[in-house]
Amino acid sequence: MDVIIENLPQYWDGFLRTLFLSLVSGIIALVVGTVLAAARVSPVAALRGFSMVYVEIVRNTPLTIAFFFAAVVLPRVGITFQQFEVAAIIALSAYTSAFIAEAVRSGVNSVPVGQAEAARSIGMKFSQVLSLIVLPQALRTVIPPLINILIALVKNSSVAGAFYVLELFGYGKQLANANGDAVVWVLVGVAFFYLLITVPLGFLANFVERKVAIAR
Amino acid sequence: MSSVLYDVPGPKARRISLIGSIIGVIVIGGLLVLAVMTLAQQGIFDPKRWAVFQIPDVWVLIANGIGATLAAAAVAAVIAFPLGLIVCLLRISDNPWVRVPTRVVLEFLRGMPVVLMMLFVLLVFATSSFVAVVAGLVLYNSAIFAEIIRAGIQSLPKGQREAGLAIGLTSFQSRLTIELPQAIRRMLPSLVAQLVVLLKDTSLGYIVAYGELLRAVQVMADFLGPQYLFPVFFVAAAIYIAIDLAVSRLAIWLERRGSKRAAGGVAHVPVAGIAAK
Repeated sequence: MDVIIENLPQYWDGFLRTLFLSLVSGIIALVVGTVLAAARVSPVAALRGFSMVYVEIVRNTPLTIAFFFAAVVLPRVGITFQQFEVAAIIALSAYTSAFIAEAVRSGVNSVPVGQAEAARSIGMKFSQVLSLIVLPQALRTVIPPLINILIALVKNSSVAGAFYVLELFGYGKQLANANGDAVVWVLVGVAFFYLLITVPLGFLANFVERKVAIAR
Repeated sequence: MSSVLYDVPGPKARRISLIGSIIGVIVIGGLLVLAVMTLAQQGIFDPKRWAVFQIPDVWVLIANGIGATLAAAAVAAVIAFPLGLIVCLLRISDNPWVRVPTRVVLEFLRGMPVVLMMLFVLLVFATSSFVAVVAGLVLYNSAIFAEIIRAGIQSLPKGQREAGLAIGLTSFQSRLTIELPQAIRRMLPSLVAQLVVLLKDTSLGYIVAYGELLRAVQVMADFLGPQYLFPVFFVAAAIYIAIDLAVSRLAIWLERRGSKRAAGGVAHVPVAGIAAK
């Protein structure tokens, strides 16, 4: 137990960096993922095809491979980063965006076609159909899975610790090496800080899911 | 194809989207060409670098890496599935003294990065890295399997359980003989999709020094020289993605087949259907 209290500054530093990585990658992934989802449902065949290929490939790529590529392979081919955080953010947001694209797309598709047809038939414009009828319904179904994806993102950011970024997992490894006699407590401390983020988010996802559930 | 967002396009809209397609292809193609040219400038496509694949030992190392990856995934899946079943039964037990602690443990396991569990097992129990990888995968995935099967049981019509109890089955018998078989069948696509996650997560073994595919790449690059890193990495990543894509396709195929055959279709529950780590 003492080992956690003694190293609280490191834990706190790692915690903040984990939050930072998750937040920045989360925002980038949300934007990129939404654009990809929009491309996937657009009438333009080339965009649909590109989005599909990207999502399929990235979803089936292990995150460690994405990290290895960003942190080890890219510098080898001349693309170097001042800080490894940048590589971590690239890997995390590229990876997460594919999952977000899938969630958003299935949310839009979950709205019955009749809803939009009814809206059009009473004379709504495209912008009205989208903002008043389709999006509000799509968002309700999309938000719980999106929160789950963000939870996974927080946990995924731990891989950055193995690629030279000192976030929670990175510090955990360092502290475990330095305190061979108290490894259990060191890692329990790390787990605690992860749970501090992921468990409340999990309850939020459950709550939102129950709150917005639509009887269809 | 009909979409929520727009009507079936007429001739004018089709022309516009054709033009859009052409512009899209030019822009995306241009970006790809740019990326390839950047790589070419670094001499990536120098045939000498790719000649490394003429060495049989390179393929032996890659094959060993794939073998280690598949071995960890197979052992973990074989242990995690029955364990997940048992945990699921505990999680939906009528007895709160069983149900509540199980739920706490499940929330704990689901909220933690898999790689942290692997490191924990490796350091605390001083096991081999294979055991650490398998243990981490089993802990996490049995929790996810349990949640998927629970979602399947809860998606069944209430009458299934009521009928079982009405003909005199005990609660446990009803779960085992009536509800579980239906739930597993309904959830087969989700369970197979989770197998893809499990397979992907074996690559976390790299971090705890397990000799899987990525580690094999690293070892080769250290041995042959860094200029060979890109070709070897490229081939290894392609193999990885090909294996995962094949299993994903299986899940999609099961889903299509299931929705035609299973009564009431298959249910699809997004139980953190995203890789863990």
